[in-house]
Amino acid sequence: MVTAPADVRRARRLAETVPDPELPMLTLADLGVLRAVEVTGEGTVRASLTPTYSGCPALAEMRAMVAARLRAAGFARVEVRTVLDPPWTTDWITPEGRRKLAEHGIAPPGPAPRPAPGPVPLVLSGTRRAVPCPRCGAADTEETSRFGATSCKALWRCRVCREPFEHVKEI
Amino acid sequence: MSDDHVYLSLAEEHEDDTRWAYGTGFEDPLHGVDTTVPDGVDRAELAALCLALGDDALVSAQRLAEWTTRAPELEEEVALANIGLDLLGQARLLYARTGQVDGTGRTEDAYAYLRDPADFRNVTLAELPGGDFAFSIARLLVLASWRLAHFERLTASPDPVLAAVAAKGAKELTYHRQYAAEWTVRLGDGTDESHRRMRAGLQQVVPYLGELFSACDVRDEVVAVLRQVTDAAGLPLPAWQPLPRAGRTGAHTEHLAPLLAELQSVARAHPGASW
Repeated sequence: MVTAPADVRRARRLAETVPDPELPMLTLADLGVLRAVEVTGEGTVRASLTPTYSGCPALAEMRAMVAARLRAAGFARVEVRTVLDPPWTTDWITPEGRRKLAEHGIAPPGPAPRPAPGPVPLVLSGTRRAVPCPRCGAADTEETSRFGATSCKALWRCRVCREPFEHVKEI
Repeated sequence: MSDDHVYLSLAEEHEDDTRWAYGTGFEDPLHGVDTTVPDGVDRAELAALCLALGDDALVSAQRLAEWTTRAPELEEEVALANIGLDLLGQARLLYARTGQVDGTGRTEDAYAYLRDPADFRNVTLAELPGGDFAFSIARLLVLASWRLAHFERLTASPDPVLAAVAAKGAKELTYHRQYAAEWTVRLGDGTDESHRRMRAGLQQVVPYLGELFSACDVRDEVVAVLRQVTDAAGLPLPAWQPLPRAGRTGAHTEHLAPLLAELQSVARAHPGASW
């Protein structure tokens, strides 16, 4: 039976530090996809994960890695469940996660749009936010493609240091 | 030691270390989600809706994937493949929900790989052959605008799983629509040739609004968005008339069967295989 608060804290710490398979400089806690780690009445450690995007191919890997790490640490009964609601937003990436992204040359997201209830308006101009270059800090950058190597990233380039960089899109 | 080793963790999780990869048949996209169907929800109606929306997404994803290695620029290829991947993810969730609700307990693979064309319920616009880039952009604009308006309504669905899938999907559809709208403006407001092609693409696609609105009538907001885009692009918004439900009743064009033949070829040739 796992009931002691110290055990729950240990389980949480183990799950929190699992690296993201696609952005391995971030932990699942940094990314904001680990929603909860708790112990059920029957003594099972239950971790809750939420996918970043509907087509996120890494969710199965995340689940397996959390379960494996908890079992390896001696927790016999482990359950990793998916939670869909509320949907993930880049606002859940922690300050520490943002710092690590920038350190690795990936521009972190700004505040995610919060549409009002009702039809989502389409804005055809002036939608581009200035994204500072994560390498030289210059503000003079441009988007080269809104889609990149993973669902969560766009391709940008810096007009000052001339380096291309990735940017985690606000969602 | 499986700690932090993705393959070994997967092998341990699924008690199967004989695979070279984990491709299909091992993963329920709704794993651990509370799958209770609330009282008062008509299960047959909910299953039919999830299936139809899953089919729209799967067939659209397949058409988008056909652009891989063929798009005008590498960036657009990546964009169309990313959009297709989002839709494929939506299809997986919706098929998984269908299997829980329709009483058959089927998995996502059974819906995607083991049904015949007449069993598919996608709108026929999704299955039309790719055409040129302008046609594909016109179709993406119309389908993403319609699906986004549809999903916004579904965020209030009495079924919490469908409501959550819709809330997540709406975020994705918002930038799918944005991408298509910006290309429509760029092509419409570009050269004579790009204008001609974008106009032709819209002329082929817009009449299908009649079928889309018979499946879910969100005409006010969809037409307002299309008018906003075509005005900015300097293009006329073609006319459309009400049409019967067609695809939603299983009545398809001749183009769906070859699409499914390709999509289902491996699963049909090797029944029960996993990879």
